Amino acid sequence: MEISQPKPLDPTALSLGLQIDKAEAATIESLRRSGPQPIPDPDAWLKAEISHNVMVTSLEGLIDWSRRSSVWPLTFGLACCAFEMIAAAASRFDISRFGMEVFRPSPRQADLMIVAGTVTWKMAPFLKRIYEQMAEPKWVVAMGACACSGGTFASSYGVVPGVNRLVPVDVYVPGCPPRPEGLLYGLTMLHKKIARDHSLDAAFKR
Amino acid sequence: MTKKLSGQTLAKQIQERFPNSVAASDETSVVVNAPALLDVARYLKETPELAFDYLTCVTGLDYFDYLEVAYNLTSLQHNHSLLLKARCHDTENPSVPSLVSLWRGADLQEREIYDLLGISFPGHPNLKRIVLWEGFPGNPLRKAFL
Repeated sequence: MEISQPKPLDPTALSLGLQIDKAEAATIESLRRSGPQPIPDPDAWLKAEISHNVMVTSLEGLIDWSRRSSVWPLTFGLACCAFEMIAAAASRFDISRFGMEVFRPSPRQADLMIVAGTVTWKMAPFLKRIYEQMAEPKWVVAMGACACSGGTFASSYGVVPGVNRLVPVDVYVPGCPPRPEGLLYGLTMLHKKIARDHSLDAAFKR
Repeated sequence: MTKKLSGQTLAKQIQERFPNSVAASDETSVVVNAPALLDVARYLKETPELAFDYLTCVTGLDYFDYLEVAYNLTSLQHNHSLLLKARCHDTENPSVPSLVSLWRGADLQEREIYDLLGISFPGHPNLKRIVLWEGFPGNPLRKAFL
C-alpha cells in the first residue's frame, strides 16, 4: 500500500509557524519570570468583617443567596482530578443538589473555575486568558494537589507550582485526587465565602 | 497473540542483505547502526514475508555512553512484531535518520524525542519542539540535565 510522502512545508507557513512558536515562548517565559510570589488569595471580605464595617440589607442578602445557590462551574478539567469532578457531577455524588449541575463550556457564561489537574507551563497562558474572559463576580477553586501547589510535580521543569501563581484562588481542595465528597465540601466552603463576600457592596464601592 | 520474532534470526537475515549494518542482537531486539537505519527499515517494511506495516511506538533512550532510538514494529498481515533499535554513540549531536517517509506515525513521536532528548532526525518534514516551548534550555530527559 503506497503512503503519500509528507509534503514539504512551504516557507511562508514555516516562518508563520515559527513566529507563533516564538510568541508562545515569550508569553510562557514572561509568566515564569513574574516571580515566585504567588497571587495573594482574595480575603478582603475577611478584613471587612473583622472591622465590622458591613451591614447587610435584605436586598444584599437575597443577592448573596442567589449568587451562591447557583454557581455555574466552567469545564476546566486538565488531568486525573477531572474524573473526580465528573464523578461529583454524576448521580451518586450529585452536584445538582447545590445548583451547580450546569457546567458551562464557555468562560463568559461561568462563575466558577474549578482547576482540576496539573497545570503545565505550556497551558499557563491559556488558563490566564480563560480566567480573564470570565465576567465578575468570579471565583476559582484549586482542586487536587497539583493545582494547589504543584503536588508531586512541584519541582518539575514543566509544571506550574500551584495555580495561585497565575490566578487568585478562593478555595484549595487538597487530595490526590480529592474524593467527590471532598470537592463538595470545598464547594460548600466556597458558598459560605460567597455568602460573606457581599459582592454587591463591593461592586458599588469599586 | 502477536508473535515476537527472535532478534537473532532476523539479525542474520538483515546482515546478509546489508552487510555491516547490525551492531548487536539478542532474543528480543535487533540493534542497527544509525546510518543504515533507513535501508533496513525499508527492507523490513517491503519484504512480503516480514511486511512490518505498523509502527507501534518510537522511544528514545539515554544510556550514559550512547543514545538509542527504539522502534516497535508490528505486522498486521502476519501478526508478528519486532523491536528495532538504532544506536548513536555521539552524545554531542546525535542524529538518526527519520522514518516519516515510511511510517507517518513516526512524525509526532520523533518530534517528542527531539524535544526531550535532543536527538535530531534529518529528513523529518517539521522538526521542532512539541511538548516544551521554543527556546527552552536543554533536553529534560537526558541524564545530564539537572
